[in-house]
Amino acid sequence: MATKKFMYVNRKAPYGTVYALESLEVVLIAAAFEQEVTLAFVDDGVYQIIKDQKPKAIGMKNFSPTYKALGDYDIKQLYVERESLEERGLTEDDLMELTYEDEDDDWAEKSSLSIISRAEMAELMAAQDVTFSF
Amino acid sequence: MKYTLMVNEGPYQHQSSDTAYQFAKAALAKGHEIFRVFFYHDGVNNGSRLSVPPKDDRLVQKQWSELAQQHGIDMVICIAAAQRRGLMDASEAKRQGLDADNIAPGFRISGLGQLIEGSIESDRTIVFGD
Repeated sequence: MATKKFMYVNRKAPYGTVYALESLEVVLIAAAFEQEVTLAFVDDGVYQIIKDQKPKAIGMKNFSPTYKALGDYDIKQLYVERESLEERGLTEDDLMELTYEDEDDDWAEKSSLSIISRAEMAELMAAQDVTFSF
Repeated sequence: MKYTLMVNEGPYQHQSSDTAYQFAKAALAKGHEIFRVFFYHDGVNNGSRLSVPPKDDRLVQKQWSELAQQHGIDMVICIAAAQRRGLMDASEAKRQGLDADNIAPGFRISGLGQLIEGSIESDRTIVFGD
C-alpha cells in the first residue's frame, strides 16, 4: 500500500462540538495504516491541547489524556500555530507536554510539539498529500 | 481522477451534504470516478431511510441512494459515529437487541479505516463540512 502524507487540521475547541473528539478517533485509526501522519492545531483548535482540562462540570468526558498516547502510536509530528496561540492569550507553557520515544536515539523522550508561524503552517499544508479538516 | 469524498454534516441542517452530492454528480458527468463517499460526524444522517421532508423540498438521502445505485458508488457510514447518533443496519440492530434499523439503500456501515484506505487509493480526498 502506498505511503502518503496525511495531515489532520484541528480548528475547533475540544468541547461544545464533537469535531475534536471524532478527529482524534480518525487519527488513532490512521496510525494503524502506517502512513505519515501530521497533526495541525490552528484557530480554536489550540485549546484541544491545553493542560489541566476539567470539563466534568459541563458533563463532558475529559478526553485530553488521549493526546498523550499519540506518541505510543508513533504519531509525533504535532504542529501548533503561534499566531493562533497569541490571539487567544496563550503560550507554549499553557500546552500539555506531549512526547514520544525516539528509537533512533536510544528511546530518548522528546517533545512531539512544534510551534510554527502561520506562514510555515501554510508551507506544511501545501506539502501534504491528504488534508483532513475538522 | 479518482475521488474519495468525506461528508461531515447532516442533511437539511447544512449545505455541505448538498454540495458534496452536486460535486459527485458533476464529477461523474465529467467521466471521473467516485471511489468512495464516507459519512462522518452528523453526516451519518445522510444515510437514514426514515427521513420525510415536506413534499416541495429535495430528498437528500434519496438522492444519495439513487446516485450510489446508478453508479455503483461505495457509500460508507462510520459505525462509531452512527452508533452515537442512532443509525444502524439490520444486523447491528439485531446485535444490539433493538427493534428497528434505518439505513437507506446504497449505504453500508463500516469503520474509519475505510476513510483512510479510500484516501490512499484515491487521487484526491475532498472534505465537505464546517
